[in-house]
Amino acid sequence: MRRIVSVASWIYALAVYGFIFLPVVVLVLFSLQSTSFPIPPFTGPSLRWYQAVLSDTRLTSALVNSLLVAVLSSATAVTLGFLSAWGFARFVLPGSGLLRGLITLPLTVSYLIIGMGLLVLFNWAGVPKSLLAAGIGHVVINLPLCFAIIYSQMGDHQINIERAARDLGAPEWKVLLLITVPVMAPAIFAGFFLSMTFSWDEFVISFLLTRFDTTLPVEIWNLLRSGLNPKTNAVGSLVFAVSIVLVVFFELTLLRRRPA
Amino acid sequence: MSTAGNRTGRALPRASDALPWALVTPALGWTLLFFVLPFVAMGLSSFTAHEGGAATWSNYSQFFANPAYWQAMVNSLQVTAIVTVVSVLLAYPFAWILAEQVPERWQRLALMLAVLPFWTSYVVRSYSWLLVLAQNGVINRALTGSGLISEPLQLANTRLATVTGFVHFFVMLLTLTIFANLKQLSPSYRKAAADLGAGPVRTFLHVILPLTLPGIMVGAFLTFVLCIGDYITPQILGGNNELLMPQLVMMQIGRRGDFPLASALSIILMAVVTVAYLACARWLKIERT
Repeated sequence: MRRIVSVASWIYALAVYGFIFLPVVVLVLFSLQSTSFPIPPFTGPSLRWYQAVLSDTRLTSALVNSLLVAVLSSATAVTLGFLSAWGFARFVLPGSGLLRGLITLPLTVSYLIIGMGLLVLFNWAGVPKSLLAAGIGHVVINLPLCFAIIYSQMGDHQINIERAARDLGAPEWKVLLLITVPVMAPAIFAGFFLSMTFSWDEFVISFLLTRFDTTLPVEIWNLLRSGLNPKTNAVGSLVFAVSIVLVVFFELTLLRRRPA
Repeated sequence: MSTAGNRTGRALPRASDALPWALVTPALGWTLLFFVLPFVAMGLSSFTAHEGGAATWSNYSQFFANPAYWQAMVNSLQVTAIVTVVSVLLAYPFAWILAEQVPERWQRLALMLAVLPFWTSYVVRSYSWLLVLAQNGVINRALTGSGLISEPLQLANTRLATVTGFVHFFVMLLTLTIFANLKQLSPSYRKAAADLGAGPVRTFLHVILPLTLPGIMVGAFLTFVLCIGDYITPQILGGNNELLMPQLVMMQIGRRGDFPLASALSIILMAVVTVAYLACARWLKIERT
C-alpha cells in the first residue's frame, strides 16, 4: 500500500512539474530557433533573435522605461508606506483602524479597475498619458503592500531602541534616520523588491495610461500582434533571466540580513 | 500592534500633535487622490451617456438588455468557476506530496522549482502557452507526428486554452497556500488519529482535509478574484471568439473610446467580486463554528 502511494506520488508530481515547465521550456528552446517561426522542428541553436532584440531600440528603451518606473514608483511606495507605518505604529491616532483600512484597500481591487479609474480621472483632469501616469498607478498598487509589510514588522523592541535614542537627546529626524530606518531595513528591502517585481511585470495599468513611451510588458504585448515570433521568445527568455537574477539577489540580501 | 502604539503614545509630549499626521498624510493623501477619487470619477462617469452628459442609467440598463454583454459575465463566471475547481483539485495532491512524501530537506528546493517558471513576465507566460497550443505548435506536431490524429486540433483561441493558461498560474499559487497550510498542521493530530485506530485514508478524510479546508477556501477565493479580473490570459489565449468581462471592458475603451460604458461594466464586475466575497466570508464563518 505504502509503495503504491509512493509510486503514484512520484508519477503525479512529475506530471505536474511537466505541466508547469512545459511552456517555459518551449519558450526558451524556440528562442534559439534559427528560422523565423518558433514552432517544431527545432532548427537552432542560434542567437540571432537575441541579437534582433538587443538591436531593437523600441524594446531596449521600453526596458529602460520599465526599470525607471519600477525603481521610482517602488521608492515612492516604500517611502510613503514606511512613514505611514511609523506614524500608525508609534502614535495613537483617532480612527486609526479605519485609516489603515483605507491605505490597504487598493489590495482588494483588480488592477484593471484601478487603471480604469485613473484613466477616467486623468482624462477629465486633462493629464496626458505618460510613464508618470503609469508610475502613479504603480504606487497605488504597491503602497498598501509596502505599508502592510513594514507595519507588521514594527514591534516593541524597535520602539524601545528609539526611546533610548530620544532619551539620550537625539532629535526626531536623527532617530528616524539613524535608528528606525536601519532597524527596519529588512522590511523596507522586502517591500521595495516586492514592489519592483510587481511594477516590472505590471501590464494593464501601463497599457491604459501610457501612449508612445511605454514599459516592457506593453511593448511585448505590441510584439504579439505579429503572431508567433522567435523574437518574442527571446525577449521573454531575457525577462525570465533578469527576474531570476532579481529573485536570487532578493533571497540573498534578505537571508543575509535576517541573522543580524 | 496597537499595544505598541498605546504604550508609546505618550512618549512624545510635544511633537505628538503635528508629527504623526505629517507621517501618515502623504500615504493617505495618495490613496485618496489616486485611488478613491478615480473611483468616484468612474462612478460618476458610469451614469453619463457620454463624457460630460446628463445623468442616466443607460449604461447599466444596456448591460442587462444586451445579451452579448450579459453573456460575457456568464462566460467569466463559468471560466472562473472551472479554473478555481480544477486548480484546487490539481494543486491539493501536489501540495500534499510535497509536504508529506518529499524528504524535509528537499522540500524548499522542490517548492522553489515549482515556482521558477512563473518568473517570466505574465504576458510572456500566456504567450508561451500559445506556442504549445498553436495549430502547428508543439502538441499538434507531436500528435500528428505520432499518427494519433491526421488533422491538427483547434486548441488555441478556445475556452480550453484560456482555462489551461489560468490553471497553470493558479496551480502554482494554490500549491503554495495549501503547502503552507499542511505544514502548519501539528503532527499530534495525525498521531492522535492513528492512536485512535484510524488508517491513513480515514485520517486524511476526517482530520487533515477538514483542517486544511479554511486555507483552501482562502486560496480559492484569491483565485476567483484574480481570475475574474484578468485581461491578459483570455485575450492572448482565448482570443475574441468568446469574450470575458475584462475583455469587454477593454474593448469599450480601445475600439470605441466609450469610457462611461467601460466604467459601468467595471463597477458591475467589482460588484460581482464583492458579492462573492460576502458569500465566501459567510461560508468561512460557518465552517469555523
